[in-house]
Formats: sequence, C-alpha cells, structure tokens
Amino acid sequence: MDFAFVLIQLLNGLQYGLLLFLVASGLTLVFGIMGIVNLAHGSFYMIGAYLAWSLAGMLDSFAAAVLLGVPLTVILGMGLERLLFQYLYHRDHLYQVLLTYGLILVFEELRSVLWGDDVHGVAVPALLSGSIPLTDTLSYPIYRLVISGFCLLLAGALYGLIQKTRLGMMIRAGSSNREMVQALGINIKMLYTLVFALGVALAAFGGMIAAPVSSVYPNMGAQVLIICFVVVVIGGIGSVWGALLASILIGMTDTFGKVLLPEYAGMSTYLLMVLVLLWRPEGLFKRG
Amino acid sequence: MADPILCVEKLTKLFGGLAAVNDVSLELYLGQVHAVIGPNGAGKSTLTNLISGELAPTTGAIRYLAHGEGEFDLAGLSSDRISRLGIGRSFQKTNIFLPFTAFENCRLAAQSRQQRAWQIFRGASRYADVNAIAEQSLQAAGLAERGQVNAAMLSHGEQRQLEIAMCLATQPRVLLMDEPLAGMGPQESLRIVALIQKLAADHAILLIEHDMDAVFAVAHCLTVMVNGEVIESGTPQAVRASAHVQEAYLGEAHGDTHG
Amino acid sequence: MRSKLTPVLLLIAVILLAAFPFVGEKFYIQLIAKVMIMAIFAMSLDLLVGYTGLVSLGHAAFFGLAGYVLAKAAPQYAAANLWTTLALALVACAIFALLTGFLVLRTSGIYFIMVTLAFSQMLFFVFHDTPFGGGSDGMYIYAKPEMKIGETALLDLEDFKVLYWFTLGLMTLVYLFLRQVLDSNFGRALIGIKTNEHRLRALGFPTFRYKLASYMLSGTLAGLAGYIAALQFGFVNPEILSWHVSGSVLMMVILGGMGSLHGAVLGAFVFILLQEILSNQSWFGPIAKHWQLAMGIFVIIVALLLPQGLVGLGSTFRKKHKASGGHG
Repeated sequence: MDFAFVLIQLLNGLQYGLLLFLVASGLTLVFGIMGIVNLAHGSFYMIGAYLAWSLAGMLDSFAAAVLLGVPLTVILGMGLERLLFQYLYHRDHLYQVLLTYGLILVFEELRSVLWGDDVHGVAVPALLSGSIPLTDTLSYPIYRLVISGFCLLLAGALYGLIQKTRLGMMIRAGSSNREMVQALGINIKMLYTLVFALGVALAAFGGMIAAPVSSVYPNMGAQVLIICFVVVVIGGIGSVWGALLASILIGMTDTFGKVLLPEYAGMSTYLLMVLVLLWRPEGLFKRG
Repeated sequence: MADPILCVEKLTKLFGGLAAVNDVSLELYLGQVHAVIGPNGAGKSTLTNLISGELAPTTGAIRYLAHGEGEFDLAGLSSDRISRLGIGRSFQKTNIFLPFTAFENCRLAAQSRQQRAWQIFRGASRYADVNAIAEQSLQAAGLAERGQVNAAMLSHGEQRQLEIAMCLATQPRVLLMDEPLAGMGPQESLRIVALIQKLAADHAILLIEHDMDAVFAVAHCLTVMVNGEVIESGTPQAVRASAHVQEAYLGEAHGDTHG
Repeated sequence: MRSKLTPVLLLIAVILLAAFPFVGEKFYIQLIAKVMIMAIFAMSLDLLVGYTGLVSLGHAAFFGLAGYVLAKAAPQYAAANLWTTLALALVACAIFALLTGFLVLRTSGIYFIMVTLAFSQMLFFVFHDTPFGGGSDGMYIYAKPEMKIGETALLDLEDFKVLYWFTLGLMTLVYLFLRQVLDSNFGRALIGIKTNEHRLRALGFPTFRYKLASYMLSGTLAGLAGYIAALQFGFVNPEILSWHVSGSVLMMVILGGMGSLHGAVLGAFVFILLQEILSNQSWFGPIAKHWQLAMGIFVIIVALLLPQGLVGLGSTFRKKHKASGGHG
C-alpha cells in the first residue's frame, strides 16, 4: 500500500465525509431550530438524486438538472411543511417520527411508480470529468474534488448565514425563544418554512451532486438518513462542529474499512459509534 | 448545642465564569428552621439544587450525618442517592405527577423507601405500610379529603400542599423547602406556616422564602444571600437589625412593622 | 384507561380466537397466528414506549436476534429442543439489551430514537455482511423445534393448528404477565418515569436501573415473538432486523394506543390485516404491488388525527360530542 493509494483513500474519505456533513447539517438544522425530527430527510436526498438522473437525461445537462431540481424539491418540501409538518410542532417527537416514517413509505413507493426499481448511473458533467494525475499509474477524479469543494463552500455559506446575517439572527433567536420572536413581530411561521426549505435544499443538493459517484438506487434515502443519525449520535445533538468531526470520522472509517476489511465494511461505522459512546455517552460535543 | 446534622462548607458553583454560589457556608440543626432569603438571582435555588444533588458543586463540601450510617459528603452524589439518605426536597415550581391522584403521588413517594421492585407479583396498592405513610403525609399537609382527586384538578394551593406531602412521604430528616408559599393566598399560607412549625420539631429545615411574615414567624436562624454570597447570617432579630442587610435587601418597604 | 367491560371483552376475544381453527382455513389460521406473534412484539414495545416513555426505533434487533439464535442453534435437518433453544434466544436478547442499554439509556428523546435505530442497523450488518448468519441469503429452519419432556412430546408444532394455539396461549400469558408487572411496584415506578422522571429521581428512585430493567424485559419479550416467528416461518434473513420492522411495530403500538396493552394487541391486528388487504392483488389488481403507498398515507393520517390511538377513539368521540353539546 503506497502513498498515492493512501492519498486516494483519504481524499475519498474526505469527500464522503463532507457530503455527509452537508446532508446531516440539513437534518440537525431543522431539528435544532424547529424541534422537528424529519425521517423523510433521506427521502429528499433520494428525490434530489433521482431528479438529477431524470432531468439530466431530459435536458441533456447536469447543471440544468441541478438548477431546476433543487428548487423543485424545495417547493415540494415547503408544501409538505404547510400541509403536514406545521401541525406537529407542539406534539411529541413520537408523532413526528411516525408521520415522517409514513412519508418515507409514500416517497419510496412513488419513486417506484415513477422511476422504477432499477439502479441508474448518472454521467459526470463533461466539464468536470477529467482527472488529476498522482503517480504514473494513479490519478484522482476532478469531480470528487469538486464535490468536496462545493460542500465546504456551502458549509461556509451556511455558517455565514447563521452567524452573520439578520436572517441567521432571527433563526437563532427563534430556536431559543419562539414566543419572544413572535412578540417582536417576526413571522415565525415564515421563519420555520424558510429553515425547513433550507434543510430540504441541503438534502436535495447533496443527493444531486452525489448521484454521479454513487448512482441512484432504491432505498438510498433510508441509507443516508441512518448514517446521518449516526453522525448526530457520534457528534452530539446540536453541535455543528461535532457533526463535522463525526462526518469526517465516518467518511474515513467507512472508506478505509471497505479497503482493509471488506467483509465488515458495513459495520465499521457502527463500531466507531460504539467506541465513541463508550467514551462519551452523549456524543463528542454536547450543545452547551 | 448538638452537632449540626448538615453542614455546608465553602460551597461554590461556577457556570463558566459566573459564580452562582460563591463560598457559601451554613449549618442545619435538628429541631430548627434555617431560612435563606435574598433577592431573585441570589443563588438560593442553586444552593438548594447543590444540596439535593441536582447540581454538582465546583468546590466545597456538604457534610451530612445520616441516621445510623455515619457521615457523608453529599457533594457530587446523585439526587436519588441523596434522597435515600434522608434529605427531602420540595420544589419551587410545582413538580408533581399530574395524571395521578393525590394519594397515588404520595404512595409513589412513600414507595421510594421500600422499593421492593423484585416483587412483581404483588400489586403496588397492596402494601399496607406504604399506604399508611401516604395517608399520614396527605393528612399532615392538610389534604386528607382530597386523596382521590387527580393532581391536575387540584387548586394551585393544594398542589403546593401536595408538593410538601410527597416530600414528607419520603420520611426525610432534613427538609429542603424551596418557596413553599409561592402563589398561595393568606389563609393557605397560615396553614403551611403552622405545618412548618410543627415539622420543625423532628426535622432540620432549610427554608427558601420571599414571604417575610412567614420567615420571621418560623425561622430560628436566618441567612441572607446576595449575588451568590452570604452577606449576613444569625438570629432573625440580629439580621433584621443589620444595616448592611437592610440596605442590600429588606429595604424601606418592610420597615419596622413587626414586633 | 380500562373500563370494567375490558376484561369481559378480552375473555370473549380469547374464546373466539381459540375457536377459530375449528372453522377457518389454513391460510387464515396461519395469518392470525402471525398477527398474534406481532401482538406479543407490540406489547413488548408498548412496555418500553407507552409505559416507560422510551421511544425505540430499533426493536427489530431483539426480534431478529432471537430468530437467528434459533436458526444457528438448530441442527441442520433435525428438530431442535424447544426448551434449550428458546432459553438461549431469550438470554441472548437479555444480554444484548443489557450491553446496549448501558450505552443507549444515558440518553433520551430524539437521541434515544436515533441510537436505538443505529444499534439495530449494526446488528443488521452483522448478519448481512459476515458469514456468521448465512449472509443476505439467510438461513432455513427445516424442522420445527420439539417440545418434549424426556421422550414424550408435549406439543407437535409441525401441526399448524397446534402452533396457532401455542401462540394464542403465549400471547395470553404475556398479556397477563405484563398486566401484573404494570400493577406492581416496579410497574408504577416505570409509569412514574414516563410521567416525570426528574421528580421520581428526586424522590429517591434510581431511575437508570429501572429503565435498564424495563429495556431488558421489553427486549426479551420481543425476542420471544421473534423466536416463534422464525419457528412459524422456518426461515430467517437479515430483513427481520430491518428498520421497517422496527417502524411497523412502533406503528402498531401507536395505532392501537400507547400505554394500553390491549391497544397494542389491537394495533397489531389492524396493522397486519390492513397490510394483507392492501397487498391483495385479487382485490386491487396490479396497484396492490404498491400497497406501501396506501400504508404510508394511513400512517400519516394516524399520526395527525389519532394521538390516542384506536382505544382512544371512544373518548375522543365523547369529547367532541361534549364540546358541541356545550355550545348548543
């Protein structure tokens, strides 16, 4: 196992980790600010991916597919928030779990009806389909670097939004004191819809840019959702830094696990989780 | 005078840089009511939480003489362990089991002394000793007639009484009472004050209260806290006379209306 | 809450169920047996969710683990000993609950939901990826376990009717057992934990130990259900540990009404029967293939409109009438 090989795995692990972080951020954002646990978050990831595949085929352009697909998914998400989610804000998490579990069933079945049950590949956009040579024999796909880059960019933008803008201030205020925010005349309903839309956008975008590397296939939504859960469990609820660290750890563990112990690759993430929990029962960082 | 049953020694609790409780010491004796007064945010509730185990102190000790078990430092012990050692606590914000009847609230509290969790083939309501203690606690707190009423249906004052009854049902030696009179009318307050006086005989009581009439009626010893620190401690008369305290807390509003 | 009528209704239900094999067809007898297995599964989860207040989305772990223990412990083509294999399965579940309990029970709420799901997924991958459990192909149980004392067979579980009555008997026993447990000191403490854990701790109850005990009991009973399920089906594969199983059983508990044992049983009946009806191709034609769509919509409606579940329908109805009557 030489240096270039290890470098490739490191880059892969980083890319997977950053993608996870992007998607998991959407989940924790919605949970942290609105108190909603949305199991269907994975479904929006899946919808994004399938839209990338079908729209790219129809429009013959991956970029167009992304530009069209994300807003479409966001509109769907906002519609669901107005129609269903808003009735659950004051209810026990249990009912949110149940409702969003029902949504998963509905989305999976609709996907089956609309797009079938086969696995589909999505072509990497021509512009980004090159590779950077690392050694005489090994090179690294540019597209994967682009994914990592995009995720970092978006994470930075998200941070800037939450910490540095008025909207971000309202979001942070709304999470700690809903009544006060309303009393100040801020439309909390609009705020919540916006936050939810943001969460959906992150999931959908994640699904779309991941599609060329991971393909689209049934149950992909559930898969990513469960790993997002593990991100939160390892990172600690409410901690963005924890989610970042956990995502990278999982990305590395999964990638190296697949290479070193392919038989146990599926379990490696969970073994990591057990180790972390033995050390820190509430995750690496807790929301202070 | 006999030894104190509970001794708070230089107790400090830091939240980040803020000292909610700063180098506080006080003593509780069996048969005495020790009242702690002070403005809001003085750290009185934090002090209670430190003694009852809801919070762990940053530094300091809480020496407690448990019945027949020797001396313990309560600092850092869990709240259930401390309760089992004989320290009972009533909460400032009513903290009862709303869906249960008043009797069931007390019965559950009394069950804590003899949990007998392994006896799964015996109905919980079939323990005569536990039932008796629950009845007595309800009676002592003045709720004898209201046993079968759902706790959620009780009036605010009755819920405060239930709060105390539950505490009594755990048969404590030390009582930590956090604003038992909060939100009570004058009639109910008198009743609770009489109850506290009666309980003082066999217990050591730490009383946090804002109602000055009540405090001066029952307290044997008074500690004034401001900004997490003790600024004065002694007999009620001495404390009331202290210019330091008058300036910091009692103010002119109360004046010298009590003899 | 139970009315005076409930024990009578339940007795009638048991009698009707016992009589069913005399009049029903084999397919329906096996279907109702499956429902009763799920009823045991649902009751075990209700203990945890409805009475202790711990929402687990990973209960399939115990269900599947027990099935796999039977499959591994059973000889290739001969019948296993029911006593030993059942004991082994239940002990395995109790140990798994004990070990994971120490890690998951320090948390609560949404975090608990996530971490229980994660642990059941972990177990899923253990059986899916490693050769230990036959991989994704699963394992067969060719002969039903024997229930013998010495050389005399007590019950012939190869007979589907006997298996049905065996399951009915177990379901009734589990119900009565849990009723008794919930009535005891232990049960009251659990309900206290669900209602106000903080206060219960302040009263002197070591609530962690109670939660761990509840988790272990709940997991062991779920294992009982999983064992009989594997016995009935004759086959185990990683899908019995899937989170869809965990989601379905949680759905049954909520549908029937949390914190009500007979609600859990009712929920299991309604859910499985609904599943059977919706996926019936002779009634719905080719769209029956997509029955999960209708099931999903049903789940959403229940989540929005039926917080008390089916057993609460009566009181919800009464409340609505009172409200309109008052303004009339």
